Amino acid sequence: MTAPFDVAVVGAGVMGCSTALFLARGGMRVALLDRGEICREASGVNAGTLTMQMTRAALIPYALRAHEMWLTMPRWCAGGDVLATACPGLSVAFTDGEVALLEDRARIRRAAGAPIDLIDGRAAQAIEPGLADGVKLAGHCPIDGFTSAYLTGRAFRPALLEAGVTLMESTPVRGVDGRFTLDTPAGAVRATRLVLAGGVWLEDMAAWLGVPLPIKVLVNQLVVTERMPPRMRTVLGVASGLLSLKQYANGTVLIGGGWQGIGDRARGGIAVRPENFLGNVRLAAHTVPALRQARVVRSWLGLEAETADALPAIGPIPGIEDAWIIGSVHSGYTSGPFMGKILAQAVLGRAPELPLFPIDRLLDARSNAA
Amino acid sequence: MTHDVAVLGGGPAGMAAATEAASHGARTVLLEESPLPGGQVYRALPPGYAGPADADRRAGDALRAALAASGADLRTGCRVWGLGGGPLVPQGAAAAPFTLSALGHDGVPFTITTRALVLCTGTHERIIPFPGWTLPGVIGLAAATILLKVQGVLPGRRIVVAGAGPLLYAVAAKVLAGGGQVAAVVDAATHGEWLRALPALAARPDLLAQGAAWRTRLLAAGVPVIHGAHVTAADGDGVLGRVRVGDRAIDADALCIGHGLVPATEATRTYRARHEHRPQDGGWVPVLDGRQRTSVPLLYAAGDGAGVRGAAAAPAAGRVAARAALDDLGLAHAGSQDAALDRARRAGAAMARMMALRPAMVEAIPPETIVCRCEGVTRAAIDAAAADGAVTINQLKHFTRCGMGPCQGRMCGEAAGALLAAAHGVPIGAVGFATGRIPLRPVPMEAILGAFDYADIPVPAAAPI
Repeated sequence: MTAPFDVAVVGAGVMGCSTALFLARGGMRVALLDRGEICREASGVNAGTLTMQMTRAALIPYALRAHEMWLTMPRWCAGGDVLATACPGLSVAFTDGEVALLEDRARIRRAAGAPIDLIDGRAAQAIEPGLADGVKLAGHCPIDGFTSAYLTGRAFRPALLEAGVTLMESTPVRGVDGRFTLDTPAGAVRATRLVLAGGVWLEDMAAWLGVPLPIKVLVNQLVVTERMPPRMRTVLGVASGLLSLKQYANGTVLIGGGWQGIGDRARGGIAVRPENFLGNVRLAAHTVPALRQARVVRSWLGLEAETADALPAIGPIPGIEDAWIIGSVHSGYTSGPFMGKILAQAVLGRAPELPLFPIDRLLDARSNAA
Repeated sequence: MTHDVAVLGGGPAGMAAATEAASHGARTVLLEESPLPGGQVYRALPPGYAGPADADRRAGDALRAALAASGADLRTGCRVWGLGGGPLVPQGAAAAPFTLSALGHDGVPFTITTRALVLCTGTHERIIPFPGWTLPGVIGLAAATILLKVQGVLPGRRIVVAGAGPLLYAVAAKVLAGGGQVAAVVDAATHGEWLRALPALAARPDLLAQGAAWRTRLLAAGVPVIHGAHVTAADGDGVLGRVRVGDRAIDADALCIGHGLVPATEATRTYRARHEHRPQDGGWVPVLDGRQRTSVPLLYAAGDGAGVRGAAAAPAAGRVAARAALDDLGLAHAGSQDAALDRARRAGAAMARMMALRPAMVEAIPPETIVCRCEGVTRAAIDAAAADGAVTINQLKHFTRCGMGPCQGRMCGEAAGALLAAAHGVPIGAVGFATGRIPLRPVPMEAILGAFDYADIPVPAAAPI
C-alpha cells in the first residue's frame, strides 16, 4: 500500500501535468498516474498550434494566458521547453462562404479579447509571402505561434519531479473505491482528493465514480513533410478551421486541421484514412503552393475529447466531495497549462484566476434528454 | 476491380508468391518499386546492360520467366505509399478489402483493392554506428552489391569490406573480379562461428561451394582477412581516408560495411499485425503461423521481411504464403509443401544467426557518435533521454527526434532501441517498435495531389465557435 497522498491525478497529459505541478507547488503531496508514458497521447502528438483563430470564443481569455505560459515555459517549468515560437497567425478565406464565416468568427473572437483584424489578400501575402493568390479576406492575429508538442512530456517531467510529484507512468488505474483508493497493478494508491485528467478516457474514469459523462472522441490526423527551405513564417489556417499549417525551424512543415482518421477510445488511433490524408494535403497545397515541392514523410493520429456542448469539463464532480475533473477543452493543448493552473487553484481552496467550467450542465443535459 | 491476391515486393518471395497465385487462376497483382522484378540478390540488369549470367542471375531469370508466364499483373517501378482496409476499419465494422495507394512508374497515382495481401518487403541493411560512419566513401554492403552486380561500378579503388555474414565475401570477391583492390576484409564473426555454421550450411552444398570459391579468390589475391574484429573508426578529411580496426589503420577510399539485415516491417506494423523481437531472425518480425499467415486475417508475409532466411529460401516461402491465401479465399490449388524449403531455411538460419545484432557492438558506440543520421541524434543524446525517463522507442522519438527524419528509423531504429534497452537493463523487445503509419515511403506531394478544384475538397462543417 502506497503512502496516502493529498491528491491523486489520473492522466499525465498537459492537463494532468500542469494540475499536478501547481498542486505540488501549492504544498500538496501529489501522485500523478498514467497508464502509459507522460504526454504520449494527444498532448504529445497534437499540432502544437498556439492560435486564437481556432480557439472557441469562450476560451479566448484562457488561451491568451496560456499562450504567455507556453512562451515563457522554461521560467515556470524548471527549464522545461517545448520550443514555443511566437509568430503571426492568418486564417484565410478563398470563397464567399468562407468570407462570411471569417467575418462572423473574427468579430466574435475579437469581442472575446483576441486581437484579430481583417485584411485583404494582398496584405495577407505581405505577412505571409508563401500564401497563394486568390485569398479574398484573412483574419490576422499578431500573437499566434506554435510549439513542438512532442517535447511536452520531456518538458514537464523534471519540473514535476523537482516539485515532489510522485510520477507513476505505465500504471493503469483499474478503478476507484471509497475516497479514494485507486486500484493499480502496482498496488492500491490512496489519496484524500482525486483529479481525473484522462482526455478521451474521461468517460470511463467518470464511470468509476458512477458519473455518466458522455465524451465524444475525435480522431485527428496530422501529416509532416521532410525538411524544406523556408517557405512560410506564420501559423496558417483556413476560415473553416480544417487546416493548420506551420513550418518549424528545422524546415519540416506540419499539416493538420482535424481531418478524421480511424480510431476509438478502446483501440486508440488505428489508421490514417488515405482519402482524408489527400484532402488535407490538397488544402495545404492550395493555400501554400510551394508545398507541392515537399515530400510527405509521416502521418499520425491523436485523440481529442469533446463534451456535448464542446465546452470544457473543468471543476468539481457533483455529489462527490474532493473529486475533480479536467479535460475536453477545445484546442486544449493551447489552453492546457493555464487550465491546469486554475483547477489547481480551486483544489487548493483558492479563487481561480478565471472561472472553471463545472460539469453539472453536462449531467443535467443528459438527464433532461433521458 | 478487386484482386484476389496482391503481392507487395517483387523479390524472390514475391515473384514466387504471385506466380503461384496467378497460375491457380487467382486475379493477382505484383507491385514492385524497382524497374524490374528480382529483388536484391536476383536483381535484373537494367535495360541495355549486358553481363555474365551467374547462378544468381539464372535463378532470378527463371523466377522472372515463370512470373511472366503466370498471368499475374506486374506493376514495376511503382511506389506504394498508402495502406488501408483490412483490419483498419472503424470499431465494430467488418474487415474490408485491403487498399494500396501507389504512384505508377509514369507518376500517375492508382489504387489497388485486394481480398488477400502477401507482403514480401525484404530487409533494410543494418549498420551499427561507429565514428565516421557518415563520411562520404562509407557505403552499405548491400548497396555495394548493387553497384557491383548491376552497374558494374567499383565503390572505390582501395576498398575495405567489413561487417558480418556471407555478403562480405561476395562483395570482396566481386571487387577483385572488377579490378579493384581489397585492402582488408574485417569479419565480425570468428573462425569458430563459421565452423559452427558449417553443418547447417552443408544442407545447401551449392551455397557452400560458392562461399568457398569466394574465399579462395581472396586468399589467392593475398587479401588480409581479419576475423572477430570490428571497424572502430573511419576517418579522413571530409571524405574517407583511413579505416581503423583497433590499433590498425588501413588506407582506403571506400569502406563497404554491413552488420546484417533487418526485416522491413513497415507494412505489417501499419496493419497492426502482432510482432515479436527475434534477434536470430533479424529483429522485429511479424508473428506467423506455419503457413506464413500473420495475426491479421488474409495478410501474409514471406521472404526476408518475415525473418531473414536468405534468397534461396524465399521462393518456397512465397509459394507457401500464396497457397495459404488461395485456401483462405476458397480458391482451389494442387500445391504441396516444398521439400527444398526446410533445407534452404536451415542454411539461411545459420547465416541469419551470424548476421544477428551483436549487442557488444552497440554498447561500444562512443557517446559523440551520431546514431540517427537524419536528425543528428548522438548516442549521448539517447542515453540522456533514457536518463530523463524515456522507456519506449516511441517516447525516445518524442524526447530526441531520433527516427523522425526521412528514413523514419529504418537506419537507426534498431540501434536506438538496443541503446535504450541497455540503458534500462531490459531486453530490446521491451522498448517496443515505432508505430507504423503511412506513407510507407516519403512521397512527393506534387505526385499524389492530382488535379483538383478547391470547391471539391470535401471540407466538413466547421467546429462550433
